[in-house]
Amino acid sequence: MHETERQSLRASYWRGLRDCSPFILIIIPFSTVFGVVARDAGLDLLQVVSMSVIVIAGSAQFTALSLLQEGAPVFVVLIASLAVNMRMAMYSAALVPYLGKAPLGMRMLMAYVMVDQTFAVSVRTFDSEPEMPLRQRIAYYFGSVTVVCLPWYLCTFLGALLGQAIPASLSADFAVPACFIALFAPMLRTLPHIVTAGVSVAAAIVFSSLPWNLGLIVAALLAMAAGAQTEFWQRRRIARMGTA
Amino acid sequence: MIDNGTFWFVTIALGIGTYLIRFSFLGFLGGRQLPDWLLTHLRYVGVAVLPALVTPLILWPASMGGSFDPLRMTAALAALLAGWRFGVVWSIAAGMGCLWMLQYLLR
Repeated sequence: MHETERQSLRASYWRGLRDCSPFILIIIPFSTVFGVVARDAGLDLLQVVSMSVIVIAGSAQFTALSLLQEGAPVFVVLIASLAVNMRMAMYSAALVPYLGKAPLGMRMLMAYVMVDQTFAVSVRTFDSEPEMPLRQRIAYYFGSVTVVCLPWYLCTFLGALLGQAIPASLSADFAVPACFIALFAPMLRTLPHIVTAGVSVAAAIVFSSLPWNLGLIVAALLAMAAGAQTEFWQRRRIARMGTA
Repeated sequence: MIDNGTFWFVTIALGIGTYLIRFSFLGFLGGRQLPDWLLTHLRYVGVAVLPALVTPLILWPASMGGSFDPLRMTAALAALLAGWRFGVVWSIAAGMGCLWMLQYLLR
Protein backbone atom coordinates (compact mmCIF):
# COMPACT_ATOMS: atom_id res chain seq x y z
CA MET A 1 0.00 0.00 0.00
CA HIS A 2 1.26 3.46 -0.87
CA GLU A 3 2.07 5.87 1.90
CA THR A 4 -0.49 8.38 0.56
CA GLU A 5 -3.24 5.78 0.59
CA ARG A 6 -2.39 4.73 4.10
CA GLN A 7 -2.63 8.37 5.11
CA SER A 8 -6.02 8.86 3.47
CA LEU A 9 -7.33 5.70 5.15
CA ARG A 10 -6.09 6.94 8.51
CA ALA A 11 -7.78 10.29 7.82
CA SER A 12 -11.07 8.53 7.00
CA TYR A 13 -10.85 6.44 10.17
CA TRP A 14 -10.36 9.55 12.31
CA ARG A 15 -13.14 11.35 10.49
CA GLY A 16 -15.60 8.54 11.22
CA LEU A 17 -14.46 8.55 14.82
CA ARG A 18 -14.90 12.33 15.06
CA ASP A 19 -18.31 12.36 13.35
CA CYS A 20 -19.66 9.72 15.72
CA SER A 21 -18.03 11.10 18.88
CA PRO A 22 -21.00 13.27 20.02
CA PHE A 23 -22.81 10.02 20.77
CA ILE A 24 -20.36 9.28 23.58
CA LEU A 25 -22.50 11.74 25.56
CA ILE A 26 -25.40 9.32 25.16
CA ILE A 27 -23.68 5.94 25.12
CA ILE A 28 -22.14 6.56 28.54
CA PRO A 29 -25.41 7.14 30.45
CA PHE A 30 -27.31 4.55 28.37
CA SER A 31 -24.85 1.72 28.95
CA THR A 32 -24.26 2.69 32.57
CA VAL A 33 -28.00 2.56 33.20
CA PHE A 34 -28.10 -0.89 31.59
CA GLY A 35 -25.36 -2.07 33.94
CA VAL A 36 -27.22 -0.72 36.96
CA VAL A 37 -30.60 -2.14 35.93
CA ALA A 38 -29.11 -5.54 35.11
CA ARG A 39 -27.39 -5.78 38.50
CA ASP A 40 -30.71 -4.79 40.09
CA ALA A 41 -32.37 -7.67 38.26
CA GLY A 42 -29.92 -10.02 39.97
CA LEU A 43 -27.35 -10.65 37.22
CA ASP A 44 -23.69 -10.94 38.22
CA LEU A 45 -20.85 -8.86 36.76
CA LEU A 46 -19.83 -11.51 34.21
CA GLN A 47 -23.43 -11.95 33.01
CA VAL A 48 -23.98 -8.20 32.56
CA VAL A 49 -20.81 -7.65 30.56
CA SER A 50 -21.27 -10.85 28.51
CA MET A 51 -24.73 -9.71 27.46
CA SER A 52 -23.36 -6.38 26.25
CA VAL A 53 -20.51 -8.05 24.34
CA ILE A 54 -22.58 -10.87 22.81
CA VAL A 55 -25.66 -8.83 21.84
CA ILE A 56 -24.46 -5.13 21.62
CA ALA A 57 -28.00 -3.81 21.13
CA GLY A 58 -29.18 -1.63 23.98
CA SER A 59 -32.91 -1.57 23.37
CA ALA A 60 -33.06 -5.35 22.80
CA GLN A 61 -31.03 -5.96 25.95
CA PHE A 62 -33.44 -3.82 27.99
CA THR A 63 -36.40 -5.65 26.43
CA ALA A 64 -34.95 -9.10 27.17
CA LEU A 65 -34.03 -8.12 30.70
CA SER A 66 -37.44 -6.73 31.64
CA LEU A 67 -39.24 -9.76 30.16
CA LEU A 68 -36.89 -12.19 31.93
CA GLN A 69 -37.58 -10.36 35.16
CA GLU A 70 -41.33 -10.68 34.61
CA GLY A 71 -40.80 -14.40 34.12
CA ALA A 72 -42.04 -14.43 30.51
CA PRO A 73 -41.59 -17.72 28.58
CA VAL A 74 -38.20 -17.99 26.84
CA PHE A 75 -39.64 -17.92 23.32
CA VAL A 76 -41.59 -14.72 24.07
CA VAL A 77 -38.40 -13.09 25.41
CA LEU A 78 -36.54 -14.05 22.24
CA ILE A 79 -39.25 -13.03 19.78
CA ALA A 80 -39.85 -9.65 21.45
CA SER A 81 -36.14 -8.80 21.63
CA LEU A 82 -35.41 -9.99 18.10
CA ALA A 83 -38.37 -7.93 16.84
CA VAL A 84 -36.73 -4.85 18.34
CA ASN A 85 -33.61 -5.74 16.36
CA MET A 86 -35.41 -6.47 13.07
CA ARG A 87 -34.77 -2.83 12.09
CA MET A 88 -31.14 -3.82 11.64
CA ALA A 89 -32.08 -6.00 8.68
CA MET A 90 -33.12 -2.75 7.02
CA TYR A 91 -29.81 -1.13 8.06
CA SER A 92 -27.97 -4.13 6.65
CA ALA A 93 -29.75 -3.74 3.31
CA ALA A 94 -29.21 0.02 3.25
CA LEU A 95 -25.44 -0.47 3.68
CA VAL A 96 -25.19 -2.84 0.69
CA PRO A 97 -24.84 -0.09 -1.96
CA TYR A 98 -21.94 1.47 -0.01
CA LEU A 99 -20.12 -1.44 1.63
CA GLY A 100 -21.40 -4.54 -0.18
CA LYS A 101 -18.22 -4.92 -2.25
CA ALA A 102 -16.01 -5.24 0.84
CA PRO A 103 -14.34 -8.66 1.42
CA LEU A 104 -16.49 -11.26 3.22
CA GLY A 105 -14.40 -11.28 6.41
CA MET A 106 -14.71 -7.52 6.62
CA ARG A 107 -18.47 -7.68 6.13
CA MET A 108 -18.72 -10.28 8.89
CA LEU A 109 -16.98 -7.89 11.26
CA MET A 110 -19.05 -4.92 10.09
CA ALA A 111 -22.24 -6.86 10.82
CA TYR A 112 -21.18 -7.49 14.43
CA VAL A 113 -20.74 -3.76 15.17
CA MET A 114 -23.76 -2.51 13.20
CA VAL A 115 -25.75 -0.26 15.56
CA ASP A 116 -28.09 2.72 15.13
CA GLN A 117 -25.38 5.35 15.54
CA THR A 118 -22.73 3.83 13.28
CA PHE A 119 -25.34 3.13 10.62
CA ALA A 120 -26.93 6.60 10.65
CA VAL A 121 -23.66 8.53 10.72
CA SER A 122 -21.97 6.42 8.02
CA VAL A 123 -24.89 6.45 5.61
CA ARG A 124 -25.30 10.20 5.94
CA THR A 125 -21.66 10.69 4.98
CA PHE A 126 -21.60 8.05 2.20
CA ASP A 127 -24.78 9.53 0.75
CA SER A 128 -23.41 13.08 0.62
CA GLU A 129 -20.04 11.95 -0.81
CA PRO A 130 -20.72 9.37 -3.53
CA GLU A 131 -17.12 9.62 -4.78
CA MET A 132 -15.61 8.22 -1.57
CA PRO A 133 -13.55 5.07 -2.41
CA LEU A 134 -14.60 1.74 -0.82
CA ARG A 135 -11.48 1.40 1.35
CA GLN A 136 -12.02 4.85 2.81
CA ARG A 137 -15.67 4.03 3.51
CA ILE A 138 -14.60 0.91 5.39
CA ALA A 139 -12.07 2.92 7.41
CA TYR A 140 -14.71 5.57 8.13
CA TYR A 141 -17.20 2.91 9.28
CA PHE A 142 -14.75 1.36 11.73
CA GLY A 143 -13.83 4.82 13.00
CA SER A 144 -17.45 5.48 13.85
CA VAL A 145 -17.71 2.04 15.49
CA THR A 146 -14.75 2.69 17.81
CA VAL A 147 -16.40 5.51 19.75
CA VAL A 148 -19.68 3.63 20.15
CA CYS A 149 -18.81 0.01 20.89
CA LEU A 150 -15.78 0.38 23.17
CA PRO A 151 -17.56 2.82 25.54
CA TRP A 152 -20.60 0.52 25.40
CA TYR A 153 -18.61 -2.42 26.84
CA LEU A 154 -16.69 -0.29 29.32
CA CYS A 155 -19.64 1.65 30.74
CA THR A 156 -21.88 -1.41 31.07
CA PHE A 157 -19.09 -2.80 33.23
CA LEU A 158 -18.78 0.43 35.23
CA GLY A 159 -22.56 0.68 35.66
CA ALA A 160 -22.70 -2.88 36.96
CA LEU A 161 -19.80 -2.09 39.30
CA LEU A 162 -21.09 1.25 40.62
CA GLY A 163 -24.67 0.09 41.01
CA GLN A 164 -27.00 2.59 42.56
CA ALA A 165 -24.57 5.51 42.78
CA ILE A 166 -26.37 7.24 39.88
CA PRO A 167 -29.19 9.48 41.17
CA ALA A 168 -32.64 8.91 39.66
CA SER A 169 -33.14 12.70 39.46
CA LEU A 170 -30.82 12.76 36.40
CA SER A 171 -33.55 11.00 34.35
CA ALA A 172 -30.91 8.97 32.54
CA ASP A 173 -33.70 7.00 30.85
CA PHE A 174 -34.37 10.06 28.67
CA ALA A 175 -30.89 9.65 27.15
CA VAL A 176 -32.31 6.85 24.98
CA PRO A 177 -35.00 8.85 23.08
CA ALA A 178 -32.71 11.93 23.05
CA CYS A 179 -30.10 9.85 21.25
CA PHE A 180 -32.52 8.58 18.62
CA ILE A 181 -33.87 12.10 18.02
CA ALA A 182 -30.32 13.41 17.58
CA LEU A 183 -29.81 10.66 14.99
CA PHE A 184 -32.75 11.48 12.74
CA ALA A 185 -33.38 15.23 13.28
CA PRO A 186 -30.48 16.29 11.01
CA MET A 187 -31.83 13.98 8.27
CA LEU A 188 -35.05 16.00 7.90
CA ARG A 189 -33.70 18.02 4.99
CA THR A 190 -36.00 17.09 2.08
CA LEU A 191 -39.77 16.66 1.65
CA PRO A 192 -39.60 12.83 1.33
CA HIS A 193 -37.56 12.63 4.56
CA ILE A 194 -40.09 14.79 6.42
CA VAL A 195 -43.03 12.75 5.08
CA THR A 196 -41.25 9.53 6.14
CA ALA A 197 -40.71 10.77 9.70
CA GLY A 198 -44.33 11.98 9.95
CA VAL A 199 -45.77 8.65 8.80
CA SER A 200 -43.36 6.83 11.11
CA VAL A 201 -44.62 8.69 14.20
CA ALA A 202 -48.31 8.41 13.22
CA ALA A 203 -48.08 4.69 12.42
CA ALA A 204 -46.11 4.00 15.62
CA ILE A 205 -49.07 5.42 17.58
CA VAL A 206 -51.74 3.62 15.54
CA PHE A 207 -50.00 0.23 15.74
CA SER A 208 -48.63 0.57 19.29
CA SER A 209 -50.90 -2.17 20.61
CA LEU A 210 -49.52 -4.89 18.30
CA PRO A 211 -47.75 -7.64 20.28
CA TRP A 212 -43.99 -8.36 20.30
CA ASN A 213 -43.01 -4.86 19.15
CA LEU A 214 -44.37 -5.61 15.70
CA GLY A 215 -45.79 -2.07 15.62
CA LEU A 216 -42.26 -0.76 15.11
CA ILE A 217 -41.69 -2.93 12.06
CA VAL A 218 -45.09 -2.11 10.52
CA ALA A 219 -44.55 1.62 11.12
CA ALA A 220 -41.06 1.52 9.61
CA LEU A 221 -42.22 -0.31 6.47
CA LEU A 222 -45.17 2.07 5.94
CA ALA A 223 -42.96 5.14 6.49
CA MET A 224 -40.31 3.83 4.09
CA ALA A 225 -42.96 3.29 1.39
CA ALA A 226 -44.33 6.80 2.01
CA GLY A 227 -40.87 8.34 1.62
CA ALA A 228 -40.13 6.43 -1.57
CA GLN A 229 -43.54 7.30 -3.06
CA THR A 230 -42.98 10.98 -2.30
CA GLU A 231 -39.63 10.82 -4.08
CA PHE A 232 -41.18 9.04 -7.11
CA TRP A 233 -43.90 11.72 -7.20
CA GLN A 234 -41.27 14.48 -7.12
CA ARG A 235 -39.33 12.80 -9.96
CA ARG A 236 -42.49 12.52 -12.08
CA ARG A 237 -43.28 16.17 -11.46
CA ILE A 238 -39.77 17.25 -12.48
CA ALA A 239 -40.00 15.06 -15.60
CA ARG A 240 -43.36 16.62 -16.54
CA MET A 241 -42.03 20.13 -16.04
CA GLY A 242 -39.02 19.23 -18.18
CA THR A 243 -41.17 18.22 -21.17
CA ALA A 244 -43.76 21.00 -20.78
CA MET B 1 -34.27 -13.71 40.31
CA ILE B 2 -33.34 -14.79 36.78
CA ASP B 3 -32.37 -18.44 36.41
CA ASN B 4 -28.72 -18.88 35.39
CA GLY B 5 -29.38 -21.44 32.63
CA THR B 6 -32.27 -19.41 31.19
CA PHE B 7 -30.11 -16.28 31.18
CA TRP B 8 -27.30 -17.89 29.19
CA PHE B 9 -29.66 -19.58 26.76
CA VAL B 10 -31.49 -16.28 26.05
CA THR B 11 -28.27 -14.26 25.79
CA ILE B 12 -26.57 -16.64 23.38
CA ALA B 13 -29.68 -17.19 21.25
CA LEU B 14 -30.31 -13.44 21.16
CA GLY B 15 -26.67 -12.84 20.23
CA ILE B 16 -26.78 -15.33 17.34
CA GLY B 17 -30.20 -14.10 16.13
CA THR B 18 -29.15 -10.46 16.25
CA TYR B 19 -25.92 -11.24 14.42
CA LEU B 20 -27.78 -13.04 11.63
CA ILE B 21 -30.19 -10.08 11.27
CA ARG B 22 -27.22 -7.69 10.97
CA PHE B 23 -25.32 -9.94 8.57
CA SER B 24 -28.36 -10.78 6.40
CA PHE B 25 -28.34 -8.41 3.43
CA LEU B 26 -24.80 -7.09 3.74
CA GLY B 27 -23.47 -10.63 4.03
CA PHE B 28 -25.50 -12.52 1.47
CA LEU B 29 -26.20 -9.87 -1.18
CA GLY B 30 -22.66 -8.49 -1.13
CA GLY B 31 -21.63 -6.55 -4.20
CA ARG B 32 -24.78 -7.30 -6.23
CA GLN B 33 -26.45 -4.27 -7.81
CA LEU B 34 -29.86 -3.58 -6.24
CA PRO B 35 -32.78 -2.32 -8.39
CA ASP B 36 -33.58 1.40 -8.32
CA TRP B 37 -37.01 1.08 -6.63
CA LEU B 38 -35.41 -0.84 -3.75
CA LEU B 39 -32.56 1.66 -3.37
CA THR B 40 -35.10 4.48 -3.24
CA HIS B 41 -36.87 2.74 -0.36
CA LEU B 42 -33.62 1.99 1.45
CA ARG B 43 -32.68 5.67 1.40
CA TYR B 44 -35.43 6.26 3.98
CA VAL B 45 -34.65 3.40 6.38
CA GLY B 46 -33.10 5.53 9.12
CA VAL B 47 -35.75 8.20 9.13
CA ALA B 48 -38.49 5.54 8.96
CA VAL B 49 -37.25 3.45 11.91
CA LEU B 50 -35.94 5.96 14.43
CA PRO B 51 -39.07 8.18 14.88
CA ALA B 52 -41.19 5.05 15.39
CA LEU B 53 -38.69 3.85 17.99
CA VAL B 54 -38.79 7.20 19.82
CA THR B 55 -42.56 7.82 19.78
CA PRO B 56 -43.59 5.34 22.53
CA LEU B 57 -40.57 6.32 24.65
CA ILE B 58 -41.81 9.93 24.64
CA LEU B 59 -45.56 9.34 24.86
CA TRP B 60 -45.54 6.51 27.39
CA PRO B 61 -42.18 6.60 29.25
CA ALA B 62 -41.63 3.51 31.43
CA SER B 63 -39.91 5.59 34.11
CA MET B 64 -43.17 7.53 34.58
CA GLY B 65 -45.14 4.30 34.91
CA GLY B 66 -46.17 4.58 31.25
CA SER B 67 -48.09 7.84 31.60
CA PHE B 68 -47.59 10.96 29.47
CA ASP B 69 -45.07 13.50 30.81
CA PRO B 70 -45.33 17.04 29.36
CA LEU B 71 -41.74 17.80 30.44
CA ARG B 72 -40.33 14.89 28.44
CA MET B 73 -42.49 15.89 25.48
CA THR B 74 -41.19 19.47 25.58
CA ALA B 75 -37.58 18.28 25.93
CA ALA B 76 -38.06 15.95 22.96
CA LEU B 77 -39.34 18.83 20.80
CA ALA B 78 -36.36 20.95 21.89
CA ALA B 79 -34.00 18.13 20.90
CA LEU B 80 -35.75 17.76 17.54
CA LEU B 81 -35.57 21.46 16.74
CA ALA B 82 -31.94 21.83 17.87
CA GLY B 83 -30.94 18.70 15.94
CA TRP B 84 -32.67 19.88 12.81
CA ARG B 85 -31.22 23.37 12.99
CA PHE B 86 -27.73 22.83 14.48
CA GLY B 87 -26.84 19.10 14.44
CA VAL B 88 -26.20 16.14 16.72
CA VAL B 89 -24.36 17.64 19.70
CA TRP B 90 -26.87 20.46 20.09
CA SER B 91 -29.75 18.06 19.86
CA ILE B 92 -28.49 15.97 22.78
CA ALA B 93 -27.53 19.06 24.81
CA ALA B 94 -30.89 20.75 24.18
CA GLY B 95 -32.88 17.60 25.00
CA MET B 96 -31.17 16.70 28.28
CA GLY B 97 -30.65 20.37 29.27
CA CYS B 98 -34.28 21.26 28.67
CA LEU B 99 -35.54 18.29 30.71
CA TRP B 100 -33.24 19.04 33.65
CA MET B 101 -34.12 22.74 33.60
CA LEU B 102 -37.87 22.08 33.50
CA GLN B 103 -37.62 19.48 36.27
CA TYR B 104 -35.61 21.92 38.38
CA LEU B 105 -38.07 24.77 37.82
CA LEU B 106 -41.33 22.88 38.06
CA ARG B 107 -40.78 20.12 40.62
